Parts: sequence; C-alpha cells; structure tokens
Amino acid sequence: MTEQKDRELYRWLRLIREFEDRISALDKQGKLMGGVYSGKGQEAVTVGFCHDLRWDDWIFPLHRDLGAYLVKGADPKRLMAQIFGKRDGFAKGKDSYLHGGDLANGIFGATSCLGATLPVAAGMAYKFKIRKEDRVAIAFFGEGASSRGDVHEAMNFAGVHRLPVVFVCENNFYAYSTPNELQFGVDNVADRAVGYGFKGEVVNGNDLHDVMKAAGKAIDRARKGDGPTLVECKTYRYHGHSEHDRADYRSEEEVITWESRDPISLWEIYLEKRKYDIAAIRKETTGEVTRIVAEAVAFAEASPAPEGPEAMEDLYAMPIDTEAP
Amino acid sequence: MLVTYIEAIRQAMDEELARDGNVLLMGEDVGVLGGAFKASAGLQEKHGADRVVDMPISESLIVGAGVGLAVQGMRPILEMQFIDFISCGFDQIVNSAATLRYRHGGQTACPIVVRGPSGGGVHGGLYHSQNPEAWFCHVPGLKVVAPATAYDAKGLLKSAIRDDDPVIYFEHKFLYRRIKEEIPAEEYLVPIGKAALRKEGRDLTVITYGAPVHAVMKAARDMAAEVDIEVIDLRTLLPIDWATVKASVRKTGKVLIVHEARLTGGIGGEVAARIAQDCFEELDGPVMRLAARDVHTPFAPAMEDYVLPNQEKITEAIRKLAAY
Ligand SMILES: Cc1ncc(C[n+]2csc(CCOP(=O)(O)OP(=O)(O)O)c2C)c(N)n1
Ligand SMILES: [Mg+2]
Repeated sequence: MTEQKDRELYRWLRLIREFEDRISALDKQGKLMGGVYSGKGQEAVTVGFCHDLRWDDWIFPLHRDLGAYLVKGADPKRLMAQIFGKRDGFAKGKDSYLHGGDLANGIFGATSCLGATLPVAAGMAYKFKIRKEDRVAIAFFGEGASSRGDVHEAMNFAGVHRLPVVFVCENNFYAYSTPNELQFGVDNVADRAVGYGFKGEVVNGNDLHDVMKAAGKAIDRARKGDGPTLVECKTYRYHGHSEHDRADYRSEEEVITWESRDPISLWEIYLEKRKYDIAAIRKETTGEVTRIVAEAVAFAEASPAPEGPEAMEDLYAMPIDTEAP
Repeated sequence: MLVTYIEAIRQAMDEELARDGNVLLMGEDVGVLGGAFKASAGLQEKHGADRVVDMPISESLIVGAGVGLAVQGMRPILEMQFIDFISCGFDQIVNSAATLRYRHGGQTACPIVVRGPSGGGVHGGLYHSQNPEAWFCHVPGLKVVAPATAYDAKGLLKSAIRDDDPVIYFEHKFLYRRIKEEIPAEEYLVPIGKAALRKEGRDLTVITYGAPVHAVMKAARDMAAEVDIEVIDLRTLLPIDWATVKASVRKTGKVLIVHEARLTGGIGGEVAARIAQDCFEELDGPVMRLAARDVHTPFAPAMEDYVLPNQEKITEAIRKLAAY
C-alpha cells in the first residue's frame, strides 16, 4: 500500500473513534435521547470493508456501524444530525441513530429487527446479478443476529443464485449480555457457510490488514460472479451494549486484553514499522478529526428540531388522509 | 407493600416460578442480565439457569420452543426484549400457538405467556414505541391483556401464567418506574376478562387501557367541576368485558374510547361498533375515539407528541363529547 493510503486508512479509523467518543460524551451530558450503541473498538471492520468499495456499491450497516456510514461517504454533519434526531438527519427526525440510511451514497438504513437487512441485501444483489451490473452489496450483522431466521434465509437464497453479496459477521463475543456459547453451538459463525454452498472465512477483526485482505478477496469474488462469501470478524466492543449498560457480565481482564489489541494502536505500530513520521501524522490527524467532529456537532445542534405535523410526511408517495370527513 | 409496575411484574414471575416447577422464563438476556429493563433481576440466581433461560436472538424460536414446552405441560413465560420484535415471532403466535388446541381437536392446552415492553412516550423511535395489541385481538385462540397499574400488572400476570391458553401480555414501559403503588403482601389474582371501573360518573364514560388510564383519571379529576366522568380500564382486550362496558354506556349515554395504539384498525373501532349496535337506544352522542394518528411513532419529541394522545387531547375530546 502507498503511504497515502496507509495514512488515509489511519485517518478513517481515527475519525470514527473521535465520532464515537464524542457521541458517548454527548450522551453523558444528556444531550442525546434514545439509545446510543457505541462501536468503539470495532473500527477496523467497517473501514476494512467499506474503504475500497465504489460509490455505487451498497452497504447494510448494523446498529453500531456508524463508521461504515462515514467511510461509504455519508456527510458527517448529516450523520450527527441523524443521531440528534434533527431535521437534517437522514430520517428527518423520524428516528435516530442508524435507522435512516443515506441512499444516495448506497447506505441502507436498518430497522431495529436484527438481521432483517440481510434478505434485503440479497434481493438487491439479485438485481445486480440479473441486470449484469458490476456492483456488490455488503451486509453486516452481529453474531447474535446470526441466530435469526432472516440471516439463514438470506444466505440460502444468496447461495442458490451465487449472488454478488458479502455477509460480514461482526463477532464481538456478546449479544447484549449473551456470550457466544449461549448463542450457537459452532466454533465460528463462518463455519456455517459450507451449509449455504459458499466460502466462509474467519479473520482478526481488529487487524485492518487482515480485514482488508479478506474483504478484497470476497468483494473480488462477488464482482467476478463467483458468488457470496461469509466473513466473520472477531472483534470487541469496548462499551456496554448501549451507554446505559454497565456490562458487568464480562470481566475487567477480558476488556483489558482486548484493549491491548486496539485496532488503532495496531495500525500505528504498522505505520511506525513503515518508518513514517508517526508523531507528525498523529498530530495532524488529531487536528483534522477533532475539527470535523466539532463541526458536525455544531451543525447538528443548530439543525432545527422537526415540528409536530412533519410526523405525517414521507408515509406514502401520495398522502392519504385517514382523518378526512 | 409499595412497588413499581416493573417490580410487580418481577414479583409475579418470581412467585409463580416458586409455586409451580413447570413455570419457566425464556428470553434474550433474561438470565445473567436480569432482562433489558431488569424485570427478571435475580430470578436466574434463585430459580436456576434451566428455568430462567438466556435464549439466542430469535423470537420465533422463543415462542415456538414455548409451544413445544407447553405441549409437555410446562408453562413458559416468553419475553420479547421489546414488544416491537414480537413481529419476528408472529407466525409462531398466530399460526402455531393460537391454533394448537383447535387443530388438535382439544387434545392439548397451550399455557404460554408472551410478554414484553410496549408503548411510546419515551422517545424510543419507530421500533421501541409500538403498541401492536390490535394485531393479536384479531386472532381467535389468543387472550390479550394490558395492565395499567402495578396491582393489575402482578395479578394479571399470575393469572396469565396459570391460564391454559396463550396470553399476550402487554406491559407499558412508560409506567415501569413512573408509578408506585401499595399492593397486598398476600397472594392475589386479577381475573382475565374483567374490566375495572376506575371511577364512577354520571355524564359520560371514557373507556381506555394501558398508560392512558392515568391521563384519563387525571382529566376526570381536573374536570370534575365541569363534567362527571366514569372511567373504565379494560385491562383485558381479548375477550373484552362487554357487560361492564355496556352497563356504563347505558348509564351515561356518552362514550369516548382512548388508546395509545393507532386509530385505524385499533381496539377502539371494535368497542365503538359493539356499543353502536347494542346500546343504540341509550346513546346521547356519537361514540368517539381518541388514538394515535395513523402513522408510525416517530422519534423527535414534537412529532411523537403530535402523534400520540396526551393530556391536552384527552381534555379536548372529553369537552367535545360533553357538549352533545
Ligand atoms: C429481532 C430482535 N430481537 C431483539 C432485539 C434487541 N437487541 C438489540 S441489539 C441486541 C444484541 C445484538 O447482538 P449482536 O447481533 O451480537 O450485535 P452487537 O450488538 O453485539 O453488535 C438485542 C438482543 C432486536 N433489536 N431485534
Ligand atoms: Mg455481538
């Protein structure tokens, strides 16, 4: 990789981390309503899968993948307004967090129902296939979501038609409080791929190199018409399930162990090995990401809160008045 | 004993788990965590991991497994982490559980309870604010309850667990820690199928259930000088206690139905139709309904408030009806 790309990837990791930290701080200050689901610690997965995508590819992020939004091209200002539930957010305040996609940039907004985006991603990939479009769909899901029928049904269909879709399981070892052992009987979610007739692979989700290598192969395979791949990224969320969750169900040692495998620190070690001027890069990046996030917060705070009657907008193509006399 | 609404739910499950070894609690994060809202705090420690079970994330599994257990004579309580996700278990409820007894010609009971937090007013957005009770009231074979008080939350849940048919139990999360009541220390049940006359009045009847019961009671107190309101809390939505409803309407001649769920296709329509048909002679005004607007429950506070019924809208609707 070129120095420029190495630095760019670093910048994305840091921007996401700054974004996450800032949102957690805003939540602590009581400036956000609703649930906040931090993806801190999982940045390498979204950067690794989204960075080399093309503008007309599509992603289906899970509930803590705000990083995927950023890397795929969402405007940080609008993303922050979305999290504030303001009018300039993608959902125009109808919901917050990641329940509102940025369709112009190929980012699909999820419902809360875990795994429900996977059949949608498969349907979209089916269109890419039958219209012979050189595009791929990337569907992210948690290892907890992997227990849902929707996930199985989507993979089955994708296997039947060898669709240009990549299924990315972010295995952070917990689904809220539920550990892997109570979620499934296999060692790896990726082991299931064989049951759908395509390749499965397990990678270290905290190592951006590993993720990018797997992502590159899977995306290539999809583009070449060789069908889907299931990539399982082992990673860890530093925070609780949501900011309200103290996460007492896991040990401090475990958290410390994972913090020692921090995706950003790992990338910094790599940058140092390449003999780049890490001190200068860090300083410059810090300045840049702090500025971007500060501007996003200022924009979101200034964005108008939607007014009551706006609730009735965007329901149908042509409004229906059920209250008409 | 002074308890919150959610503590009443916890006690009901705790007591039934202790009373009957066939009772189980199954759901996502109900064990070690004690539930997302702590409705089952301490229950796994006390009753064991075999009976308070952390389930994989699959509502259709949770309900379906519950049906299998029920055929074996067990009495599973099946928690939906948010009631919004009950749609992911819909088939197992409406096709599997609701028809179980019927399609076996009465050979088996189906003593399951599906319960979870419903309701808005907490800026939960599209998928953490839903009130889907009407979907289930359309399904024969099910029973549907929606308590508004801590007393009823406990008594109805205990009755639901002991009932031989599937009961869908809607908790209102807005009430979880906002209401606190004195409840008896000794055991009691609240029967399924009985409404509660919350306040007697002569001028008009407000029929409601769930969280709006509290706003309606406040309106009845605040407007006492103006209008003498009778308040009925349905408590059970399937089957509805028609005797209580009709007796009240026959007395007052005017009725307003209030619910937080949407207007179109809501419980209010069913209640209004029955009243229009059976109490036509006694009616002294149009049967009125106040419900959520026909749209999803949005996140931003001003929009959410615009969509859901509130104190002001209730007062206004009562005034309008009283004027007839
Ligand atoms: C169908 C459904 N059931 C339950 C929930 C409640 N819920 C939200 S996130 C979550 C845990 C998700 O775990 P996982 O899929 O591993 O993703 P993670 O949060 O760990 O990133 C649960 C149970 C939900 N959103 N959807
Ligand atoms: Mg997880």
